[in-house]
Amino acid sequence: MDVAIIGVGLHPFGRFGDRTGIDMGAIAIRSALADAGVTWRDIQFAFAGSYEIDNPDAVVALLGLTGIPFTNVYNGCATAASVLALAADTIRLGEYDLGLAVGMDKHLPGAFSSDPRLYACPSWYGELGHFLTPKFFGMKINKYMHDHGISARTLARVAAKNYRNGALNPNAFRRKPLSEEEILGSRMLNHPLTQYMFCSPDEGAAAVVVCRADRAHRYTDKPIYLRASVVRTRRLGAFEVHSPWLPIEETAGPTVDASRAAFERAGIGPGDVDVVQLQDTDAGAEVIHLAENGFCADGEQEALVAEGELEIGGRLPVNTDGGLIANGEPIGASGLRQIHEVVLQLRGRAGDRQVPGEPKVGYTQLYGAPGVAGVSILSV
Amino acid sequence: MARVPVAEGIFTWPSDEPRLIGSRCGACGIVTFPSQGSCPRCAATEMAEHLLARRGRLWAWTTQEFPPPSPPYAGPTGAAFVPYGVGYVELADGVRVETRLTETEGLENGIEMELVLVPFRTDADGNEVVTFAFRPVGAGGSHA
Repeated sequence: MDVAIIGVGLHPFGRFGDRTGIDMGAIAIRSALADAGVTWRDIQFAFAGSYEIDNPDAVVALLGLTGIPFTNVYNGCATAASVLALAADTIRLGEYDLGLAVGMDKHLPGAFSSDPRLYACPSWYGELGHFLTPKFFGMKINKYMHDHGISARTLARVAAKNYRNGALNPNAFRRKPLSEEEILGSRMLNHPLTQYMFCSPDEGAAAVVVCRADRAHRYTDKPIYLRASVVRTRRLGAFEVHSPWLPIEETAGPTVDASRAAFERAGIGPGDVDVVQLQDTDAGAEVIHLAENGFCADGEQEALVAEGELEIGGRLPVNTDGGLIANGEPIGASGLRQIHEVVLQLRGRAGDRQVPGEPKVGYTQLYGAPGVAGVSILSV
Repeated sequence: MARVPVAEGIFTWPSDEPRLIGSRCGACGIVTFPSQGSCPRCAATEMAEHLLARRGRLWAWTTQEFPPPSPPYAGPTGAAFVPYGVGYVELADGVRVETRLTETEGLENGIEMELVLVPFRTDADGNEVVTFAFRPVGAGGSHA
């Protein structure tokens, strides 16, 4: 059973005062239903992702209490990818025709914080200040730059690209272009990463209507097919966030594992992909993820970025809607925001940021704490 | 004012030559830090205490230039916050340990590092809370 996406909807990402995460979720769902040309009563099952909201399925109070199976999901930074994978797998089981994946969140400003014991880390690890994701990303890119010859200028160029793309996106959080000099000159947070190289937690929601592929043409003349949706967690030896220690033996991380499995399932390769959304928690993460997802060899990013290949008009457009750097990271919604953007691109309806040449294959990747990744591959 | 360790059982205390306390799997030999009761590689439950080497080489590093969110961070904040280094030091035991670094300047992958105990914060009873850290060999100074 193949799976098609027939509708996408988004509540803008940013800061929205007293508006609740549930309200944003309902707005995103209504937008996706309208895009698909269906009503809430047509939806046969749903999955919802959130970090801050214990029971995002409470959105039914705003949409209608139809009694459908509705399952809540939290799976770290891969929450939204997990929601989509579960919704797609439910279609693949063959019992349902039409379902919904939605993500919503409303975070406080500042780096994410939690009790380290909830992540199987000792209390002292948090007490000392180690239970913090930005410094992990600082260490990972600092080592990567040392090992593979990537410059700080490249990090600034990646961030500047994403702010520039965000300025073209009416739903983005950060819509002001920033120069490379402003990015390099902003406050150093975790060497070599400055403030403007990082994304921020924020608020937002996104929703996707999934359908049995053989019935998708009832709803749309341009279904987008979900060719693979894969989630993987870290194996021993991967360099991961929240690790008080690592073994000497090194293993590829969960992004590499998820990417390889997704390409295999989709039956295509990185060279077939026309538009890419990568987890850019920071500019360095986008650089590393280019290689981890198979789009280049380690170190080739320096030239790819300098030559503008990752721009909307380049050979491999990455984070065309501004990515996390311009949109922020409402964890439950972030990956469905990526899907929303890829669907618009493959439909040829991405407006000012449309990738030229009628892109046919899109790719999305999420990665984060506690060492979890999700990859989806879509095609016309 | 007494000096107390940030946690029991993560380094030898009191000790003139402190060692980190890890564990070693009796079945497959993997070394962990801190010690744990079962093996993360082979799942055997034959872990035994293992004192780690005091020296190693810097494998990855960054700087922490803003105070981490409290809680869980319990160290100095506001004007009292002083940026510090963070990194992984690869020890001869076959383990890389995440640690504070005493320096934020002069850090390079591969340089030799040694274990020291450094003041971390003052607790509610006025005790000086001490933690482990690594410093570049030859950086000098007495932090403990």
